[in-house]
Amino acid sequence: MKLLNNTDVVIALILFAAMVFIGFVNPAFWQLSNIFSLLKSNVVIGLMALGVLLVMISGGIDVSFTAFAVAGMYLVVRSMVALEYDGVILPFVCATVIGGLLGLMNAGIIHKFNMIPLIVTLGTASVVRGLVLGGVGTSNVNINRMPDALIEFGRTDILTLERANGTTFGLTAMIAVYIAVAICIHLVLTRTMIGRSVYAYGADKEAAKRVGFNTGRTMIFVYCTAGALAGFAGLLHSSMIWLANPRDFVGLELDVIAAVVLGGASIFGGRGTVLGTVLGVFILVMIQNSLILMGIDTTWQRVVVGGMLIAAVAVTALRDRRALV
Amino acid sequence: MASPPLIELRGISKRFGGVRALDDVSMTIDRAEIRCLAGENGSGKSTLIKIVSGVYQPDDGEILFDGQPMGRLDPATSIGQGIQVIYQDLSLFPTLTVVENLFLNTYLRERQTTVNWRRGRKMAREVLDRLDVDLDLDATVETLPAAGRQIVAIARAVLAEARLIIMDEPTTALTGREVERMFRIVRDLQEQGIAVLFVSHKMREMLEISEALTVFRNGKKVAEGPIGDFDERAITRAMTGRDLNTGRFTAPAVHPDTTPRLLLEGVSVGNDVHDVSLRLMPGEVVGLSGLIGAGRTALAKAIFGLRQDVTGRMEVDGRRLAPASVSEGIAAGVAYVPEDRLSEGLFLTRSIRDNAISSAMDRYAPRLWLDGGRARAETEKMFDDMQIVAPGTDVPVSTLSGGNQQRVVIGRWLMTDARLLILNGPTVGVDVGSKEQIHGIIHGLARDMGLAVIMISDDLPELAANCNRVLTMKDGRLTGELSGEALTEGALEAAMAGATRKETA
Repeated sequence: MKLLNNTDVVIALILFAAMVFIGFVNPAFWQLSNIFSLLKSNVVIGLMALGVLLVMISGGIDVSFTAFAVAGMYLVVRSMVALEYDGVILPFVCATVIGGLLGLMNAGIIHKFNMIPLIVTLGTASVVRGLVLGGVGTSNVNINRMPDALIEFGRTDILTLERANGTTFGLTAMIAVYIAVAICIHLVLTRTMIGRSVYAYGADKEAAKRVGFNTGRTMIFVYCTAGALAGFAGLLHSSMIWLANPRDFVGLELDVIAAVVLGGASIFGGRGTVLGTVLGVFILVMIQNSLILMGIDTTWQRVVVGGMLIAAVAVTALRDRRALV
Repeated sequence: MASPPLIELRGISKRFGGVRALDDVSMTIDRAEIRCLAGENGSGKSTLIKIVSGVYQPDDGEILFDGQPMGRLDPATSIGQGIQVIYQDLSLFPTLTVVENLFLNTYLRERQTTVNWRRGRKMAREVLDRLDVDLDLDATVETLPAAGRQIVAIARAVLAEARLIIMDEPTTALTGREVERMFRIVRDLQEQGIAVLFVSHKMREMLEISEALTVFRNGKKVAEGPIGDFDERAITRAMTGRDLNTGRFTAPAVHPDTTPRLLLEGVSVGNDVHDVSLRLMPGEVVGLSGLIGAGRTALAKAIFGLRQDVTGRMEVDGRRLAPASVSEGIAAGVAYVPEDRLSEGLFLTRSIRDNAISSAMDRYAPRLWLDGGRARAETEKMFDDMQIVAPGTDVPVSTLSGGNQQRVVIGRWLMTDARLLILNGPTVGVDVGSKEQIHGIIHGLARDMGLAVIMISDDLPELAANCNRVLTMKDGRLTGELSGEALTEGALEAAMAGATRKETA
């Protein structure tokens, strides 16, 4: 059972304990409508986190994906408005490709010049955000101008239930998209050589070259996938909130990276699983959501997220050091 | 007619700039042969490995596999011919499991795009069975001891259908018993028709395992033959081009009333050292032998101030020593050269001068500013005293050879006016010629400056030849002492074996 190594079990237990505790403080937590809305909030962060997971397993860190998400989302929505195009598949393909190409830029710079991923992605993030605002525009695309097809797509539910008072609530179909992507990434990471090359690269870059991995290809795979997932998630986000804001996702890097670290990925590379990341995302989103349920001011969310990131890094670093002895 | 050798090198030469790394070298390796390639650092051993593995192309000469000339050899062809190199760092993936470390190579060679874990497991289990070793397939490699990692590296080479495995300094990180186990595996490999080329400068091991020996010096082959033709002395002469001093060190006589340099009475350190009493006179070089984990390092660290859980009485020159920190240890005149000079002893990217003054900053920077002139003058004196070979004192320590790095470490401590020098594995990773010079320097210091030296080493001949007495340690206690005529390698080995036997009983 590759899937259930120790770390994943520990994370699942933490998640379970947190759920019991939150449910105890506020039983409203267990209402299906809350669970459904929780799951919905998982989708966009989760998709981005899967990309960041790849980068972290390869021993790098990515802070550019939110910029790429904005680029994919805003370019595509603005083009759709300008061209009066009303469809779903083509726009998502475009957003994914835009993200992927931007990721290729990261991969190229990191691999060719052997540069530190953090610095490279900080730079590309700033460049891309600047280009989007300066070159495309700074105004929001609001619900009245958003393409109808996107809005319709974002509203799709796979399950609709009725409350006692007659109003309905549903489980978004986007959760299925998220799960499908997660399963795909999991299979690629565990069952293909390119997936294993990511682990090998993160474990020991030099050794990976020596045994004959094409490390350039590994880098391209990692950063293009991360970019593509970000582009896709960006547009999905926009279709779910019926708004395309070119200044969106600021500060979300931290949440996503915190979620991936909470999910047991090592900041030193070579370690991390899709299941862990999915659980980590759930924990993070659930705690943010529950702070509201527990009546804690939203401004405190930043404190909690930052604290969780540091705690998770500390715990994983301890784990990794212990393993090194 | 006998079958052609597995690999034959004819007149191989390789130049780098103006340096002749290999000069008209010819050698052969037969099937299932265990051969050792010996030579000091810079003698051309690594260049030869890289030529055989196809990383470098020779300027002259040809390489034949099974009697067939290969022409231009690249790494893929070399691997295809069954040549596997295990480098000193092993090139394993620490966070991945044993299984995966084993099968990745094979899958890459087969150009697989997907990973068949079941088949990988089967392959891994088969190859470990073949080597007759038992390893947890699902353990990550980082959790294995050094010996386990070595076995994974060997198994990986075997899986790659190796016909010749080249091992670069394979025993450096292993303890005595682990070396034995590795030798058993190497003999198993031989029975299966796999040749092994050891690249090493540890003579004891060469003599024990190899059937044939080739010695390089300055890029030339200077000696070759069946191992029976060589003894340690002959190998050393071939490697260094001169005879080495194998005499014995006698400490200068001291007046019986002299205050001992170091006095230990009933010293215990945590759970590692129990009730050790010891008296060291000025000018003595005392060896400390024992297995890893016998408490030698803990004792050394306690004297230096790296351990706080010390009970009992310690004195240096009659003054009570209870160092709570390294700086107190240094102030009391104690110097400690750790086992791993790279991670614990040196600032690799800094110059010799910066390293030299780092242990006595108070002397060179009494107030705010560094006294550059004094630092320079004293570093240069140390540089000359220690016979360091380098372009100057401004070059980074990382550019020096192992022997010269070790001289910087020792020399630095002398600049602190140390009166007691503790050397932990003083010549690990240092080649034979340099080793002897380091020993000479240590003896000179002991004799002329009245320094007392504690030498911790696994290298029994080193202890026998360089100490005036040797203490054996086991399970945190001193178990015996050899000195004078009784101090021979044989006696030391017997003492160590006795300790081991008791342990296993």
